[in-house]
Amino acid sequence: MSYISLTAEDRERMLAAIGVETVEELFRDVPAGVRLDRPLAVPPALAEAELTRHVEELAARNAVDEVSFLGAGIYDHYVPAVVDAVLQRGELLTAYTPYQPELSQGVLQAIFEYQTAICELTGMDVSNASGYDGTTVAADACFVAKAETGRSKVVVTEATNPQVRQVVKTYARGFGLEVVEVPHDDGTTDPDRVRAAAAGAAAVLFQQPNFFGCLEPAPDLAAAALEAEALPVAHVDLVSLGVLEAPGAYGCALAVGEGQSVGNALSYGGPHYGFLAARNSLIRRLPGRIVGETVDAAGRRGYVLTLQTREQHIRREKATSNITTNQTLLALAGLVHLSLLGPQGLRETGETCMALARYAKDALEARGLELLFPSKPTFKEFAVRVGRSGREAVRAARARGVNPGYPLGRDYEGLDDALLVAVTERRTTAEIDRLAEALAP
Amino acid sequence: MRAAGEPRLIFERSRPGRRGLAVPKPELPVPPVPPGLARSEPPRLPEVSEPEVLRHFTELSTRNFGVDTGFYPLGSCTMKYNPRVNERLAALPGFRDLHPLVEDDAAQGALELEWRLAEILREVTGLDAVSLQPAAGSQGELTGLLLMRAYFDERGEDGVRRRIVIPDTAHGTNPASVTMAGYELTKVSTDARGNVDLDELAASVDGRTAGLMLTNPSTLGLFDENIEEIERIFHGAGALMYYDGANLNAVCGISRPGDMGFDIVHINLHKTFSQPHGGGGPGGGPIAVRESLEPYLPVPVVARDGDRFRLDYDRPRSIGKVRGYSGPFGVFVRSYAFMRAWGPGLRQMSETAVLNANYLLALLRDAYELRYDRLCMHEFVLSARALKREHGIGALDVAKRLMDFGFHPPTVYFPLVVPEALMIEPTETETKETLDAFAEAMLQIAREARDDPEAIRSAPHGLPVGRLDEVRAAKEPVVRHRFGAGDPEPLPAAREP
Repeated sequence: MSYISLTAEDRERMLAAIGVETVEELFRDVPAGVRLDRPLAVPPALAEAELTRHVEELAARNAVDEVSFLGAGIYDHYVPAVVDAVLQRGELLTAYTPYQPELSQGVLQAIFEYQTAICELTGMDVSNASGYDGTTVAADACFVAKAETGRSKVVVTEATNPQVRQVVKTYARGFGLEVVEVPHDDGTTDPDRVRAAAAGAAAVLFQQPNFFGCLEPAPDLAAAALEAEALPVAHVDLVSLGVLEAPGAYGCALAVGEGQSVGNALSYGGPHYGFLAARNSLIRRLPGRIVGETVDAAGRRGYVLTLQTREQHIRREKATSNITTNQTLLALAGLVHLSLLGPQGLRETGETCMALARYAKDALEARGLELLFPSKPTFKEFAVRVGRSGREAVRAARARGVNPGYPLGRDYEGLDDALLVAVTERRTTAEIDRLAEALAP
Repeated sequence: MRAAGEPRLIFERSRPGRRGLAVPKPELPVPPVPPGLARSEPPRLPEVSEPEVLRHFTELSTRNFGVDTGFYPLGSCTMKYNPRVNERLAALPGFRDLHPLVEDDAAQGALELEWRLAEILREVTGLDAVSLQPAAGSQGELTGLLLMRAYFDERGEDGVRRRIVIPDTAHGTNPASVTMAGYELTKVSTDARGNVDLDELAASVDGRTAGLMLTNPSTLGLFDENIEEIERIFHGAGALMYYDGANLNAVCGISRPGDMGFDIVHINLHKTFSQPHGGGGPGGGPIAVRESLEPYLPVPVVARDGDRFRLDYDRPRSIGKVRGYSGPFGVFVRSYAFMRAWGPGLRQMSETAVLNANYLLALLRDAYELRYDRLCMHEFVLSARALKREHGIGALDVAKRLMDFGFHPPTVYFPLVVPEALMIEPTETETKETLDAFAEAMLQIAREARDDPEAIRSAPHGLPVGRLDEVRAAKEPVVRHRFGAGDPEPLPAAREP
């Protein structure tokens, strides 16, 4: 096997140095009763050329040539070539957590820059180095809120991504948190309902834009949470933050979200990164790695992992989280993409998404389709009634080479005839015309 | 503040009006954002050109050390070679451009890959069913503990079985996961041979015990010789056994966690199965379980009906979801490719990892203290305690001096049961020459501790920075770039314990 570097002669000399005759003897501490006495029953080894052919055949069995309007939390935004070039730098790709800062200034500085970018986008003071994805960072935020407030209930809006809600509920069982869901009214959340539910809650988690693509009255939701002294937590899309207000500007205590939309390909759901940012006052409750600036003895600027007494390898059962391996490489991809975009490019991306989504709404309405929440402003995604089951509509459109979106009936009762349509800057008006044609009654 | 010669932050390269990427701008009206919801202050992202971006991150890469740079014996992290073919395969358009919410018929290749990966993991672990969903080992731990809770809940015992037993050699993630799962921790000690103390263990287990979390071989790099007796104690008490798979690289094809008696296992795909560590991640932490725990696995799981594959969400007894979609798919592609390159030879992979570790141990055991005098598995833990006592040179000093020889240091000060610990894991991919050179450096450092300790204390030399002031970093945290005007207030003064 080519991933091994020892020769037969090396092995002999090494065994002699150890003082044993065979490799088998090295395993003498393994009781006979727990040894595997046969070869592993796994498929035979493949040479690189054979392996490539085999995996290429698997990849070819996935349908990726459809014009796609599928979003629902993971989006087909463009990933610039420079992102790939940076990520394949072996010094970054094959390093691990920067425990030894003198050999890790590259990764440490990149994380520091990432933290800064996330803080700027969200209007927050501190960011961690990343969480697993947009679902787990929401659960993390609830845990932070529980520790900060001493309360054991969280309020989550029903218009928050169902995958996020499901993960929050799974974690909540472990944390000992009760999860209360607030229903939506015609596609957005009524602040009065939040106010009523938030009494005694540690946090109010809402999504902006929400799962239906609608713009929530986010400042009012945050204010309703604060009235009950619950921490407002916004789940946001980085791509939207060139045009939509930063959660920090309307009083949120934490901002979290799925970072995939910046710098990361779809990749069937991962690996991507979750971001988590917060107010200064919460810094010592945050999960995960945080990089800080400092100096060496000669006064040179450098970066280190800091505030590690929050973390599992120091604090063990009293840690703020069990997270160790995170998503640094994918967060780096996000940083590279954001650096290329700059403030202007980010705003333009958002504007293009909005313009194309508006065009798509008009095109669908012109074909006689009804928007599900016609009075609600949206960002890049919106819901439309398709006059039959969403799944059927998807099947029919796919037969014409268009994946028209996500059937909301998968998660919401009573919305069986609705599709969630996402329009990124990669779509064209010609592709949207095809969508309208494919969905037309 | 940046001094002359120091690399700039990407923000310090920024000049108003520079652009790094053009965005499509169709000739369409942009709908207005409702008042009160529109961005009031633009984010201060860097304004840099594309060449400048590439040069910036290339500069950062030259200030970093990876497996591609050199020997990286970071104990417990399994820093092996990352085959480049795996990168190429994970980036195939059929995977890269596949949305996780497509209907199953559009993802047959991806689902088959997941199913095949799960089959190999079942065989390697000796268990019955797999969930690929957890994002990393730590999340696998939490998932496994939540499975335990669901299992005992159905038996009416969740209110009674509240305790998880963990040895003092465990990774910090284990006790942290116990807390997150709502369990209580029972600690047990390590005996004089480096095994879990059996008497203490037996005394700690009763009807209130939900389970054990054990790494085997342990973080000492030692296979627990009493594993069969441990199994009898826990299963005899009706409790479950969780295997922390961080050290699976030692035993692939040699001894399977399921055969050792474990009921739940997590596998660190980034360690044993070579997903590049990415400067801290991504990882992959699939779990494999015994049939009795299968009903509780997270949704969805990959199911096979003849030659078709599908995601099964109809699992009423499931604990729910622990991560979005079906897991970190790109990691699956890389690890699957790695396993297929090895085939049944995975056993030789582990044998070679163990051979390399024992060879290094043989070269170093006379110069550094070895607390448990046994053959090791894939890693071993030396102590710099004598150097510290006699010459004031601790494990951290040894680590910093190793950098001068071109090596990444081992893990230091862990496990906690060994004072001044140096935890060394060479992996299977290194040459004998590399191992020899590393051993020679370690021996020279041991000599220097006596003859020239200042050379060690002042290390590392010639790197971009010297030893950094970590106390200052924690006391006066600066965790984002300061732009000057408009910065947030400084962080509150530290109250570090």
